[in-house]
Amino acid sequence: MKYLIQQAINALQLGSIYALIALGYSMVYGVLTMINFAHGDVFMLGAFFCLLLIAIVPVPFWLALIVVMGATAMLGTLIERFAYRPLRNAPRVSAIITALGCGLVIQNTTLGLSPYARPMPHLLENVTYQFSGITITLLQIIIIGVSVGLMLVLDFLIRKTSFGMAMRAVASDRATVPLLGVPANEVIAITFAIGAALGGAAGLLYGMAYPVVSAAMGISVGWKAFVAAVIGGIGNMRGAVLGAFILGAVEVMTVAVLPSTYRDLIAYSLLLLILVFKPHGLLGKPTLQKA
Amino acid sequence: MKSRLLPLGLLLVGLIVAAILPATGLVNDYLQFVLISVAINAILCVSLNLVNGWMGEFSVGHAGFMALGAYASSILTVKLFPTAPTALLFPVAVLIGGGVAGLAGIPVGILSFKTRGDYLAIITLAFLMIVKSGLENIPYTGGPRGMLGIPRLTTVAWAYFWCVVAFWVIRNLVYSKYGRGISAIREDEIAAEAMGVNTRQAKLVAFVTSSFFAGVAGALFAHQLQFINPSSFDILKSTEILVMVYLGGVASLGGSLLGAGFVTILTQCLQPLGTWRMVVLPSLLVILMLFRPGGIMGYRDWSWLKPRLSIKPRGKSSEESQEQEKITP
Repeated sequence: MKYLIQQAINALQLGSIYALIALGYSMVYGVLTMINFAHGDVFMLGAFFCLLLIAIVPVPFWLALIVVMGATAMLGTLIERFAYRPLRNAPRVSAIITALGCGLVIQNTTLGLSPYARPMPHLLENVTYQFSGITITLLQIIIIGVSVGLMLVLDFLIRKTSFGMAMRAVASDRATVPLLGVPANEVIAITFAIGAALGGAAGLLYGMAYPVVSAAMGISVGWKAFVAAVIGGIGNMRGAVLGAFILGAVEVMTVAVLPSTYRDLIAYSLLLLILVFKPHGLLGKPTLQKA
Repeated sequence: MKSRLLPLGLLLVGLIVAAILPATGLVNDYLQFVLISVAINAILCVSLNLVNGWMGEFSVGHAGFMALGAYASSILTVKLFPTAPTALLFPVAVLIGGGVAGLAGIPVGILSFKTRGDYLAIITLAFLMIVKSGLENIPYTGGPRGMLGIPRLTTVAWAYFWCVVAFWVIRNLVYSKYGRGISAIREDEIAAEAMGVNTRQAKLVAFVTSSFFAGVAGALFAHQLQFINPSSFDILKSTEILVMVYLGGVASLGGSLLGAGFVTILTQCLQPLGTWRMVVLPSLLVILMLFRPGGIMGYRDWSWLKPRLSIKPRGKSSEESQEQEKITP
């Protein structure tokens, strides 16, 4: 029983990180109906920005979080402006391929600049709390806390503010929305920025939790989060969070029982299985697609 | 009047040239390697073009089929029949590699019946990752370390042969009734279904043919490099093939050849850059998508590849019926 609760805490930690990244994917898909394949690499850059920052000037955790989120937000806006906006009205295939290309450029540039995985310096003291035989570290509490906090802020933003209403409007009908006075381009740019900021925060948290940072993180972790977003129903915020926690739980349970090389296999097979039975994800609604 | 046998004759001459080329000292080993790579990439490119170009889908999983072909044929030549006569074994191994990949194309084709666009991209991506992770977990084929000691059976002649076969088959497929169905799916799937095109059959035919030839290419690849491991068939490999398709020309046979040749030679020329080579290729892809999404020869082909239809009016004399009307599809 205690073992299960311990693994549940690990699953919550992994799931929270996946949730932050998956939210970025879902937000962009909701607003542009485009899969931003470069998002996983933005997450990876979040971890690298943190490394860079700490190497230049050692700052406390909360400041590092803010700076990294700001930097990745700017990066996300740049990518949107130069790679995606020109293809706004092009066929979907072009946009997807461009996203794939951008992601690979970012990954391989980082690989070229830093071929070896690097350790992440500690930003928090190593404090553990014990109660009734279950160990939980301060790090885990912070990760889960920060993730849940950011998700709540995002939920508030989307549902209760006028900017959130603008985002939902652009997601529902992008062509008509400028006629009603909503600056669609700016809304999309800010959506990208928010999504990228969440991804950057996830990168920092992941770097602290599994303290080896490498350029391949974008594919190994970022795309798992994409799987999570699709499982939950891409375009749907609640779905992204649900999918992320499901995937986190499945992965932790897999590693607990089987050799860890099966982790990717089980994750992607789960995706395929869910897509076969529910092609739009668990919480997704089928959208009419022009043939 | 051009003889019907002229193309066949030219191709046979090409085969003879390819067979004796290594024996003459004209091309060194490195050039042979490049020639074989161009042929393998051309097969990959034209088979992916069938799904991505002519059918208008978006499949990212091509490297997965290639991996299946490579591993299946290598198991045959390395583990099961290491001492069999190679002249007989190699074509069988390549065929079986293609067959395994083609069989794997059936479930992907079935999955494509209900899903299009983004979701098909996701499904093919999941397929690629499953193949890669699955291969990493099979100790019989070496797991993550891969398989060593594959005999060097791919020669310029064999590569040329399979390349010609691939282009021949796909060219005939594309300009046939099935091919028209496949192009119709690209243009408007619902209208095609309404006009009587059996979309399910067309999709299956396209996916299975495409994956068969990807498997063939994988088998040739394995027996050229003599070493394969799962991480050589990841998303980067799929991206390379995508660059070839979208650079050379979507839905174009000549474009496939052009794209494959250009990218292979570019990759070889950029060798001194090392890892940065992997930055140039995706950047090229992005720039292509921004400025010329169809590729150099998008949706067009050399006219000698297209079939000529002759319409003989009924009841006319033989001189008048000599007139041929060229109708380009």
